[in-house]
Amino acid sequence: MSAAFDQQMVWLLNGVLGVLLISTGVGLVLKKRVTNDFARAVVENLNARIRAWWVMCGIFTLAVLTGGIGSLALFGLISFLALREFITLTPTRLGDHRTLFWSFFVITPLQYYLVGMDRYGLFSILIPVYAFLLVPIRSVLTGDTERFLERVAKIQWGLMVCVYCVSHVPALLTLKIHGYENQNAKLLFYLIFVVQISDVLQYVWGKWLGRYSIAPRVSPNKTWEGFIGGVGCATLIGTALWWVTPFKPWQAAVMSLMITLLGFAGGLTMSAIKRDRGVKDYGALIEGHGGMLDRIDSICFAAPVFFHATRFFFTD
Amino acid sequence: MTAALFAGLSRLIAGTSVRWVDCRPDARQRVYFANHTSHLDFVVIWSALPPAARAVTRPVAAQDYWERGRLRHYLASAVFNAVLIDREKVSARNNPVDRIIEAMGDRYSLILFPEGTRGSEVGAFKSGLYHLCVRKADLELVPVYVENLNRILPKGEFLPVPLLSTVTFGPSIALKPGEPKGAFLERARSAVLNLRQV
Repeated sequence: MSAAFDQQMVWLLNGVLGVLLISTGVGLVLKKRVTNDFARAVVENLNARIRAWWVMCGIFTLAVLTGGIGSLALFGLISFLALREFITLTPTRLGDHRTLFWSFFVITPLQYYLVGMDRYGLFSILIPVYAFLLVPIRSVLTGDTERFLERVAKIQWGLMVCVYCVSHVPALLTLKIHGYENQNAKLLFYLIFVVQISDVLQYVWGKWLGRYSIAPRVSPNKTWEGFIGGVGCATLIGTALWWVTPFKPWQAAVMSLMITLLGFAGGLTMSAIKRDRGVKDYGALIEGHGGMLDRIDSICFAAPVFFHATRFFFTD
Repeated sequence: MTAALFAGLSRLIAGTSVRWVDCRPDARQRVYFANHTSHLDFVVIWSALPPAARAVTRPVAAQDYWERGRLRHYLASAVFNAVLIDREKVSARNNPVDRIIEAMGDRYSLILFPEGTRGSEVGAFKSGLYHLCVRKADLELVPVYVENLNRILPKGEFLPVPLLSTVTFGPSIALKPGEPKGAFLERARSAVLNLRQV
């Protein structure tokens, strides 16, 4: 694991600070100018989201500053909180209690431990192979067969999305890229920044111009205008940031497009689960945003593919 | 200090979100009565109260469970200031209602579980709540519904799984003059069940 702090990283963080200051300013101006109650509620929510962004960016910066161990701890905690929201929402039975205990307190920490130890051969199969088998074995031992496959599948899915996928973010720090030694923290930053700015821009474009729903039955707030504007702009931003990555500009463009599309798909998929369970958000942890899982759904889907694409094409 | 620490810890483990529906937190004398699904129930309800109310609220708990072992004994007496009830030898001389009324004085509120035992469905209420109201006039009864705690620490398990729980406090009720026992207990039970839909 390695994560250093260089001049480029300082520029990136200053860039984020600039974006936060500008959006806070815009939020204040909008707050002064709203006239009706509906707009007031939207601006109120926007400002709550911006306040939460300050906190999230602060925590994220601290984690990256402390190097590998901080990033591991942060994303480990994120996985834990996301899994908690996921399992709370999906009904399990008493017979799954011990299985859940294993999932939270053994499998999740072990996954992050293996990532931290740079054991690619193990962390890339721990959950898809070993947890996949352990979960049904532990549940079947209790003898409860009611909706068995459904219950087991839900726990396996929760572990894959919340733990396995998210753990590929700090796993970026383990990649050995020629000519990019000790700079991987910027790659981690790049992934999170492009995916999250894509979410933000989809929201902004959607609120501004959005008319045509892209998936009215899954997520009424997602529009074609938001999708095209958000993904397009985030891809442009990701391309313009090629200099902090090991990618050439055209490669950065392809990578950004890939992770923003996956991020969109992740948000849509996780929304489908919420609709099925009849809730709007996974939780209320982050003011204005909902739960942890509402904030990281896009990262869950983008992280493993970004990790493997980088590993396949850019490591020796 | 220990109490505040413990309350914070329990809210962290049980990820509790607290809702007050047509009811305000207050430190005046009340009886919080709730559905009973887990050993964590009263801890979570107690932690959900604001510090001023928490300081004067005593949970009613089973003596046989909470006097077994040093840690439990310490928690029950020093942290929760619990009113421990002997469930086994109930007689005219050992009447739990006497014990509870004595423990309340004119200052303390209570947390109690009228079902008497833990279950996943809300069972019939035992008559203790009624007798308490007959003996103590104008007692304010606050229904509480706890959700998901049976998944966090189910009956028979000793290791909690850290899921998210909800505690809902509802509009208070009181025993009406001349109200029959059965009708009152059923009304109290529905007051708890109603909070499930809110």
